Amino acid sequence: MLEELLVTVRSNPKIDPSLGVWSWEIPVYLFMGGMTAGIMLFASLMVLLAREEEFPFVARKLPLWAPIALSVGMLFLFLDLSHKLYVWRFYTSFQPSSPMSWGSWILILVYPVSILLAACTLRQGYPWLGRLVDRFAIGTAILDFSCRHRAVVAQWGLVLAVFLGFYTGILLSAFSARPFWNTGFLAPLFLVSGMSAAAALVLLGTRNEHERHTFTRIDIVLITVKLALIALLLVNLATGSGVQIEASQMVFGGEFAIPFWVFFIIPGVMLPLILEYWELKGRRRAWMFISPVLALYGGYMLRHLTVDLGQTSSYLNYVNAFDPALLDLLR
Amino acid sequence: MIRYGMVIDTQLCIGCGDCVVACKTENKLPAGLNRDWVVEATRGRYPDLTTEFRSERCNHCSHATCVHTCPTGASHLWKDTNIVLVDAAKCTGCKACIAACPYDARLIMTPDGYIDKCTFCHHRVEKGEDPACVSSCPTHCMHFGILDEPSSAVSRLLASRQQKVLLDETGNQPNVYYLI
Ligand code: SF4
Ligand code: SF4
Repeated sequence: MLEELLVTVRSNPKIDPSLGVWSWEIPVYLFMGGMTAGIMLFASLMVLLAREEEFPFVARKLPLWAPIALSVGMLFLFLDLSHKLYVWRFYTSFQPSSPMSWGSWILILVYPVSILLAACTLRQGYPWLGRLVDRFAIGTAILDFSCRHRAVVAQWGLVLAVFLGFYTGILLSAFSARPFWNTGFLAPLFLVSGMSAAAALVLLGTRNEHERHTFTRIDIVLITVKLALIALLLVNLATGSGVQIEASQMVFGGEFAIPFWVFFIIPGVMLPLILEYWELKGRRRAWMFISPVLALYGGYMLRHLTVDLGQTSSYLNYVNAFDPALLDLLR
Repeated sequence: MIRYGMVIDTQLCIGCGDCVVACKTENKLPAGLNRDWVVEATRGRYPDLTTEFRSERCNHCSHATCVHTCPTGASHLWKDTNIVLVDAAKCTGCKACIAACPYDARLIMTPDGYIDKCTFCHHRVEKGEDPACVSSCPTHCMHFGILDEPSSAVSRLLASRQQKVLLDETGNQPNVYYLI
């Protein structure tokens, strides 16, 4: 037996008794980032494969949601910072060894590309917005520019989408200090999950039967791959080092078992998979909006649980008997 | 690079916590925040138990994952040494460095929000003094000095006694040694 007991006070907020520096803001940021990647990927593919007529929602309406989702994500990233006034420091240096630094600079590239990708679709996709933008000379110039360089923008969009999707996973998997995150499966898992979230948006927004049918099939494949990647991730951890084995066991017992299976895998992965399969078979039409909503919920829960599990998994196992409420007695 | 390190004799440490108090006083840490702490590790099965006291802090790792992960360069090495510092004027409070430290050695400064940690009292080291924790230890179980200098007290102790570091398996190459 080995028991390691803290005999002096340690109650550094958000670090003791167990790490909890990131709560829900970072999962929202990762979710929105992944969804942006998925949207840009589909939108770029439609342009590059010249399928815009066949998939009207993806080609004309979906792209606008990329910069919106990205803005929301970045807002939540900002909200999480504990030294907010210094946020500009992200952009006064580039640290090649820091995934977060890569991420900040990738976002700087993604932002204008996502706007250009959306700009060319505005006049057709959101005519009122197109007219509004066209009222300004600079607006018209941007819309015309984006349409003239449609293919180049889409090529950039495709590459950056993959970078962004992977980045949201690598951000966590690069932390060797947190056993649950330290697996290469997080990057493809978060990319696929981001694509699935974008596909869910399509299912919620489209009025076109062919588009709905195709994206239901695409989403079924994506959710299946996601499920496989989750299984591989757990196998990878369960066959890893001692601390990784311990980390993998957190989802099979203890405080994370119920959130993981009952609040994530079943409603956020299995249920949308089954419902979408039924839809393909032509059953349960009235349920149609429920499966994409559940898929989106599953996408968020994946990030939330991953962030929580990673922070809880640790190399240390100190018993911290200190009660911070005691401090107040001293004041 | 000058590699500073600490050598702590677990045979002498009695777990009094004076190092913790000295650090809080020297570095004027707000209530509730700690840059160092003492762990009592009990091993074995009753009645065959052994106890070890360890005064712990940032290990000023040679492979400092916290520095590598910092997106702004706020976490950096002091001069040409392994002493890891945080520049509050560059820190965004993204907390990546906290997640990157396997020893949970960092903290969020209240109320400002930038990240803080053990500095090996570099302001004292600059003047040729030992860190406050080392100076205050009543059993003289802690030693500070340059590890790569064969004649330094820390090197001689490491050459003559059995030792260990914490969480060697993380690959962080910590520079706080414990004599066992
Ligand atoms: S102990 Fe933690 S904070 Fe200190 S240098 Fe190592 S990784 Fe960084
Ligand atoms: S919290 Fe500050 S010191 Fe830590 S990684 Fe972020 S910017 Fe760097």
